[in-house]
Amino acid sequence: MVKKIEDNLVIVLVGEAGQGIKSIESILSNLLKRSGYNYFSTSEVMSRVRGGANSTEIRVSSKPIAGFIDRIDILIPLHKDGIDHLKKRITKDTIVIGEKDKINYEDIIDVQFTEIAKEIGNAIYSNTVAAGLICGLLKVELKLCKDFIVEYFSDKSEEIQNKNRDAIIKGHKVGSNLSEIKITIEKSDDVKKHLLMTGAEAVSLGALAGGCNYICGYPMSPATSVFENMASHSKNFDIIVEQVEDEVGVINMALGAWYAGARAMTTTSGGGVALMSEGISLCGMIESPLVLHLAQRPGPATGLPTRTEQGDLNLVLHAGHGDFPRIILAPGTLEEGFTLTQKAFKFADKYQVPVFILTDQFFVDSRYNTPVFDTTDFNVDKHIVKTKKDYKRFSFTKTGISPRGIPSYGSGNVCVDSDEHDESGHITENFDIRTKMVNKRLGKFELIKDDIIPPKLIGSDNYKTLILCWGSTFNIVTQAIDELENKEIAVLHFSWIFPLSKNIDKYLTKASNLIVVENNSSGQFAQLLELSTGHSIQNRILKYNGLPFSVEEVKTEIQKFI
Amino acid sequence: MENIFDFENKIDIAWCPGCGNYSIRKAFLAAIKELNLSQGNLVLVSGIGQAAKMPQYINTNYFNGLHGRGIPPATAIKACNPDLNVVAFGGDGDMYGEGGNHFLHATRRNPDITLFVHNNMIYGLTKGQASPTSEIGMKTKLQVFGVSEKPLNPIALAISLDVTFVARAFSGHIEKTKEIMKKAISHKGFALVDIFQPCVSFNKINTFKWFEDNTFYLPDDFNSSDRARAFNKSLEEEPFPLGIFYKSNHRKTFEENLEVFKNGKLPLYKNELNKHKVEAEIRAKI
Repeated sequence: MVKKIEDNLVIVLVGEAGQGIKSIESILSNLLKRSGYNYFSTSEVMSRVRGGANSTEIRVSSKPIAGFIDRIDILIPLHKDGIDHLKKRITKDTIVIGEKDKINYEDIIDVQFTEIAKEIGNAIYSNTVAAGLICGLLKVELKLCKDFIVEYFSDKSEEIQNKNRDAIIKGHKVGSNLSEIKITIEKSDDVKKHLLMTGAEAVSLGALAGGCNYICGYPMSPATSVFENMASHSKNFDIIVEQVEDEVGVINMALGAWYAGARAMTTTSGGGVALMSEGISLCGMIESPLVLHLAQRPGPATGLPTRTEQGDLNLVLHAGHGDFPRIILAPGTLEEGFTLTQKAFKFADKYQVPVFILTDQFFVDSRYNTPVFDTTDFNVDKHIVKTKKDYKRFSFTKTGISPRGIPSYGSGNVCVDSDEHDESGHITENFDIRTKMVNKRLGKFELIKDDIIPPKLIGSDNYKTLILCWGSTFNIVTQAIDELENKEIAVLHFSWIFPLSKNIDKYLTKASNLIVVENNSSGQFAQLLELSTGHSIQNRILKYNGLPFSVEEVKTEIQKFI
Repeated sequence: MENIFDFENKIDIAWCPGCGNYSIRKAFLAAIKELNLSQGNLVLVSGIGQAAKMPQYINTNYFNGLHGRGIPPATAIKACNPDLNVVAFGGDGDMYGEGGNHFLHATRRNPDITLFVHNNMIYGLTKGQASPTSEIGMKTKLQVFGVSEKPLNPIALAISLDVTFVARAFSGHIEKTKEIMKKAISHKGFALVDIFQPCVSFNKINTFKWFEDNTFYLPDDFNSSDRARAFNKSLEEEPFPLGIFYKSNHRKTFEENLEVFKNGKLPLYKNELNKHKVEAEIRAKI
């Protein structure tokens, strides 16, 4: 029997850590996107360097797609434990391709990746054979495959390049000849002109566009990819990159960097922000700009280090003792990952507040194609003033913002203090000044409201049910709603999380049924919405097992509430 | 002659009368004046504690941050603008206790900053508890049975970690302290000066007289370039040697190692973003 797959294909690779699934994905992402296929991939990995069972989902489609789905059309297990790891997602429609003698699965289509690789010279080439097989199945032009693989291994020896080329050719041939599967997916020339990247890369490009020239951090999954990515740009963009002894040092360094006139960012996960809390409070007190990227993973404590959750919203809402303003952003798409990070620098500078960019493992590690980012709107305004002799860092002004000077630029002293201070930055215990300083700092909340980015409404204006979601779930929830084809349902997605605008009330009032979708266990965003708007949001679709929502899951759960 | 780093008007200083901090301030004011530092290029950094209030009382730029966290911002400030003279102040609790990890790692980075630690062997701001340098047996309201932990030896620690300028001073000798401070500030690389100082309110053991009786200066011909000998000397206690134990220029500084400044580039605040470069990076993802 021939399995026909139209428009939209899901391939899953599963194997042990260290088997090279990542490199197969990396090769395929480029080849499929360059061929004109819409591409999406996401990985779930265990917190170990070798062994275990990790899987990567690759979606290929004629339409843009970027949501995680449960269905598996083609499964390629590289290890015997892979079948068991994914058994809940394998159905009778799933085609399994692999080495029959190693993988215990009755209807397996036998392809001896290792044997083919050994014929070329070494079992190590079996990954490239597997990539070639998928290219063959999807009729990716062979020349493109050959040229790309040489480019991909360009920093390796000629022998390695040639062997990999042979491997992709052999794999391609096997894939082209697999008569059990017939795939029809339309290619698009537009996609060929698209960008292809991960969320981490989008955030990093946004930081470059924001003028970031100082990044410090402490390695922590899943935030390290942004740190390493910025390091890869450091030479070209004159960025100081420093791995600090701990997160306490990280945030205090970042604040020192801003004080001296740099544009600093840190990147960490929830545990790191917990350690940074006092520094975040210092940021509020000395009215320093700061951009902090937090890639969330499930807590509490060490939790599930390599997995995903949206469980740190409450952390960033409250991190740091005392009252001070802050901004929280959570991109839903790659495009937002870029623009919001760029804007984070702008807002941090303009309002002299900490700005959090809240992503998660699913967001930073997923890769897909997206139209080229619009760069017409960006420029860097440093908001730095040349100081005069009588300069006061915390002067009371009509605008509510004290112009920010930096040492050695001008003739004034720039003095900042973690104690309550007077306009010049010197310690004071004058109660009137204290009150005025608190009012000045908190007054920035009102000013910030001018810049609030409204939530995005997707779907019919005449909705009865409104699905509320934020951050990384955007693509998953919108695809689910799209597939439900119900004119009475709309999605309201928030990428500007805090402070919330009063205007959102109008969206909520119109709905007779409010449902929140959140990748955490308590509905942290629902609580924030309730507090901010007075609306009660009882219908909560929550997931907190460490995996992202799947499109199917969101569809099923929504149907239970309508 | 007036000192640009002092204030024209009398300032309200929060230290106790007779506190060693006054002498340290006096020595520091004289040192930076004699070194002809410019007000605009000097940044003082501190954490929290009585010593950490020092920047408040000097007429220049400062970053008075969190308890124990003076070194990270000081390192970053110098890194972002190497033209600045960066001096960090803190007490024994601030720098060796709460900020101990930052101290350890600053020794690895070797930023060209100067660290003055006012070491009075007691917590002053919190009113009289033991510090990392309190002597065994010292009783306080908290250490009611007396301190049992061995005091930290910051001089031996710093020399063992190859800090390239390590000295000990005593606040009671303003002139000699000033001379050590001048050398420390002029030194290229991370410089530590541990400054013995009596706490007149809370430390009734290590008094002015105790410090006078239990210290001596290293001889003028002491070879401060010999690290092993310096380390050996640093282990001497009661009496404690004063002066420059170790000084070397064999290590590159943190700033010298930064790629950003390798071609004589500007302090970071003068850099402008090249939008075309960002656009090129974006297009590279096609």
